[in-house]
Amino acid sequence: MVTSFMSYLGSNLTPGTANNQLWALIYVLIIFAGVSVAVICMNWIERKALAHFQVRLGPMRVGPHGLLQPIADALKLMLKEDIIPAEADQFVFWVAPLIGLLASFTVYTVIPFGPSQAVSDMNIGILFMLGVSSLGVLGIVVAGWASNSHYPLIGALRSSAQMVSYEVAMGLAIVSAILMTSLNASGTGSLSMIEIVRAQQQQHVWFIFKFFPLGLIAFFIFAIAMVAETNRAPFDLAEAESELTAGFHTEYSGLRWSLFMLAEYAAMIAVSSIAVTLWLGGWMRPFPNLLHAPAWDFIFSLFPGLTFGGLAAIALIGTARMPGHSFFRIQRIGLAGFAAVLGFIALLLLVIAIAGWSADSSVASRFNQGIGYVYWFVLKVAIFMYLFIWYRATWPRYRFDQLMRIGWKVMLPISLGVLMLTAIWALLEPIVWEWLKVHL
Amino acid sequence: MNPVATPWFFYALAGLAVASGVAVITRRNAVHAALALIVTLLSVAGLYLMLYAPFVAGVQIIVYAGGIMVLFLFVIMLVNIERSSKERQFNRMWPVALAAACGLAALFVSAIVKGRSLFPDRMISLPESSNTQQIAGLLYGEAGRMGQYTFAFEIASLLLLVAILGAVIMTKKKI
Repeated sequence: MVTSFMSYLGSNLTPGTANNQLWALIYVLIIFAGVSVAVICMNWIERKALAHFQVRLGPMRVGPHGLLQPIADALKLMLKEDIIPAEADQFVFWVAPLIGLLASFTVYTVIPFGPSQAVSDMNIGILFMLGVSSLGVLGIVVAGWASNSHYPLIGALRSSAQMVSYEVAMGLAIVSAILMTSLNASGTGSLSMIEIVRAQQQQHVWFIFKFFPLGLIAFFIFAIAMVAETNRAPFDLAEAESELTAGFHTEYSGLRWSLFMLAEYAAMIAVSSIAVTLWLGGWMRPFPNLLHAPAWDFIFSLFPGLTFGGLAAIALIGTARMPGHSFFRIQRIGLAGFAAVLGFIALLLLVIAIAGWSADSSVASRFNQGIGYVYWFVLKVAIFMYLFIWYRATWPRYRFDQLMRIGWKVMLPISLGVLMLTAIWALLEPIVWEWLKVHL
Repeated sequence: MNPVATPWFFYALAGLAVASGVAVITRRNAVHAALALIVTLLSVAGLYLMLYAPFVAGVQIIVYAGGIMVLFLFVIMLVNIERSSKERQFNRMWPVALAAACGLAALFVSAIVKGRSLFPDRMISLPESSNTQQIAGLLYGEAGRMGQYTFAFEIASLLLLVAILGAVIMTKKKI
């Protein structure tokens, strides 16, 4: 066991490719814990940001600035009575949240947080992601049916129709990005998530900027379709609270309901990471080829530490701005402690960055590189997660006929056109270059 | 690369596929049967993965488990299940079906027994990393040559397109 633990440390492969089950298990546990923590953070940020968009304060009571609110919510959900309606189909009602949860967490096996920071590098990575994430709709459909109630059934019907229609445009947008991977010097494309990012590095361009504006249009189509796929506002007709009380999970309560929420947020992170991998250069930092000097590497490797330092500074400012009344003393101490923890993480990251740059030891520099990869990937995904909140606060919900019209009559033709134009451009570009070389 | 596909995985997946396949035809509730069918399809996808055919496995998940079964469930949900599950089955075709199933099983067994020399006697490990590209080569051709199955593939896709158009025309009175 120790040998298999140590043997992987110097490897440049993912644990799945290196056939190291122990490290694969470690990665799975890290990702599971990381995603769960990210969902908790997202819950707090969403409530706070939505509140500020609407000129409210949001959660303020549990912990300083409501920081402990998600934990309180989780406790409440776990202790709540778990009700199964008498008329419901017991077994299917029980299994439905698990289907959604399994589908959205299985996808994480192929998400590349770095060139070797993924559980496995599958040959069919993006195909696997699409397939497994399309299984998530089964959980929703089955939950709506098993509740044996009107609103959940209507919600499930709406959401399955919506997800099936938007999957088409989404798939076509993805195909046009995959097409771009085949324009390497070797001439073979790949469906593997890691190879897709490598292709962007070799071609010196993020695919969002490739064949301008074709890559951009494909990206926008994906960015719209992914909001519809995850049933988020403005496409949240499946759980439109003003029409269907809560849609497909109306009859769910307590822990089962929270499993649905966990699956939804995990699916949001998963589709955002597809977008980041395909169009935004995955784990690559900005300008990896242009600013290639070791000094630039060092400057960019300071970013993780500086980010945590900034968060610590915000928490410190919050501590200083707390009212001086003795009633707030515990809250102030708590927030100062939180700032201290963030500052400690920042310090640790900065020390690692400096050690990785100055020391010759390959372990430190590899570790430093790994942190950099994960940091840039997570940062890009975090931007998408903020966009999800922003959409929800900004746009009103679509009507069902509008939704279908956009999906089938606008998104599908545009994505088909982009796919064809990308193929034509990819074929013509080398010919035009040759012609220019000969005639100029 | 060592094969991770151990006999244990094969027997687990094959057993799951057979068990849920039996559940598909024995459940009276159509939604339960559809869920069992999804489990069958997923375990067959797992078997494809063990045969080093990841592309086929991925397509199996996308097309069957993710696409077709969602539409199945979509339709089944709108049927009044309580009434249909209480109704007596008036179809008396099961002896015919049993005979057909036995015949098919006999065919498979005889194919395995008689064609033993055709099958490899041990597990061969194929290059997993390139066989998606090889499928593309067979279907679309590579290096300027037409693929071996390009014509058949294109004909099949044309047939599907005609079927889709036919379905749309038949269901819509006015287009």
